[in-house]
Amino acid sequence: MSKAIHDLVLRENVQLSPFYHRLDFTAPSPLPECEPGQFAELLVPPGPGVFLRRPFSIHAVDYKDNTISFLIKLVGEGTRRLAGILPGTVINTVYPLGRGFTMPEKGPVLLVGGGCGIAPLLFLSARLKAGGFRTDCLLGGRTEKDIIETADFERNGAVFITTEDGSLGEKGLVTAHSLFDRPLPYTMVYACGPEAMLRAVAMLAMKASVPCEVSLENTMACGVGVCLCCVVPTTEGNQCVCTEGPVFNINRLSGWDQAARIADSCPVI
Amino acid sequence: MEDLRVELCGLRLKNPVMTASGTFGYGHEFADFYDPSLPGAIIVKATTAEPRAGNPYPRMAETASGMLNAVGLQNKGIDYFVSNIYPELQKIDTVIIANVSGSTVESYVEVAEKMAALDHIRAIELNISCPNVKAGGMAFGTSCPSALAVTAAVRKVYPKPLIVKLSPNVTSIVEIARAVADGGADALSLINTLLGMAIDAEKRKPVLSTVTGGLSGPAIKPVALRMVWQVTRAVNLPVIGIGGIARAGDAVEFLLAGATAVQVGTANFVNPMAVPEIISGLKDYMIRHRVAQIRDLVGGLIL
Repeated sequence: MSKAIHDLVLRENVQLSPFYHRLDFTAPSPLPECEPGQFAELLVPPGPGVFLRRPFSIHAVDYKDNTISFLIKLVGEGTRRLAGILPGTVINTVYPLGRGFTMPEKGPVLLVGGGCGIAPLLFLSARLKAGGFRTDCLLGGRTEKDIIETADFERNGAVFITTEDGSLGEKGLVTAHSLFDRPLPYTMVYACGPEAMLRAVAMLAMKASVPCEVSLENTMACGVGVCLCCVVPTTEGNQCVCTEGPVFNINRLSGWDQAARIADSCPVI
Repeated sequence: MEDLRVELCGLRLKNPVMTASGTFGYGHEFADFYDPSLPGAIIVKATTAEPRAGNPYPRMAETASGMLNAVGLQNKGIDYFVSNIYPELQKIDTVIIANVSGSTVESYVEVAEKMAALDHIRAIELNISCPNVKAGGMAFGTSCPSALAVTAAVRKVYPKPLIVKLSPNVTSIVEIARAVADGGADALSLINTLLGMAIDAEKRKPVLSTVTGGLSGPAIKPVALRMVWQVTRAVNLPVIGIGGIARAGDAVEFLLAGATAVQVGTANFVNPMAVPEIISGLKDYMIRHRVAQIRDLVGGLIL
């Protein structure tokens, strides 16, 4: 899988909720082969306050139309600027980067997404469906405004929802969902979201002896494994999230078998 | 035909555009984008005597027109470099220079000696200016006696071109440059990162795990240019200019200020094509200004 640098052209900017936009781009030449879980580094339109590219998980790929989509959550100046672009805008993009999810041997599988953590899971869900694996999905957010694209996930299996304020689905965190009160009927759990959530999901999967892969988000500079800024402690020492991840099996992450600590960092993606 | 070749302390470079240590890995990371043989030289990531895990996360903070890093010289040590990384580097058809760092004079000497035995490592760049390690690093580069001592000690064991990378975090970079010249350096590269800091006001916490880190990117270019200008006027050694070079025009400015060659660092993170674009931009500049040989631009500032 080789990396490409393309001037992607925005086809559509869809506002999914007050904080989320989906950007659908057309590539000028054939899309490189992309795997669910891989990401791209988008060059933010120039202006004050933003210097580095911004990493985004690949949200959807359509080789027929030669389009690729990214889910943008408004968190800072870079994402605000990207969310404001109009159709026809050219965004220089380096992609696909990193290592994606591994496909299961058999289903059914569970996807767990917190907030913008659904970004890589939609692409994964589509790929799992094409592979014939039943895929249930557990989506969590602060309020109903964080729960988006449920219809897309419903095509591939059951969708369970939690919100912290109870405005949609069960009230509470994703890890408090009643799904976890029973033995987990899944062969694999795939998760993406805030680190505290991922650690809690990892504990639940471990307790249920179900293999689990998580997609980590981390502040990055280069995206290609040279700046060594985005490291995470693993069983093989500090490794770059951008090249060794962003998807890791939880067995490879140091300290993830201990009780979750509350991560106070706000993800960039 | 524009002649981009330059000579630097006995190293013949196909062009004056090098990649800065820690921003280009070991070359192959950029192979999907362009041939890593294209830069005039590749300065590979800092190597120390022992493996180093580096600093805890977070190691990076974006700033206005730049970034802070606090990587802390993460690398697998000289023995791993010799057996696993060096064989791959030999496949790249350009000048390969190793960046050497340490926490004691002895550890610098150990790495330099082992690097001297490697034919394809044509020179070393002595890193006495890393701001992100507790012992050694910048401590050597911020006092004249220690800068001289470490340079002289490495000089004794290293017969090939010895480049010393200077820290801007000093009262007088010219004095440090003179000390390093007295220690036997063949060339100087400047500047390493400027010591800086970022604070998250909402959390009332530092952004970096190490509190302070090294600032790089276009934000530091004026400081770097000034220091290259001062050092090249005061010290009779070739200088490699580093600091915020992102476009051909930036590289030309450093050459005019007196640098014989330049290094592109942080720009590689933002624009993976920065180096080939700068090389072709230099050719355009030479055509526009009727400059046949790029070396004629060195120190060509009109006052």
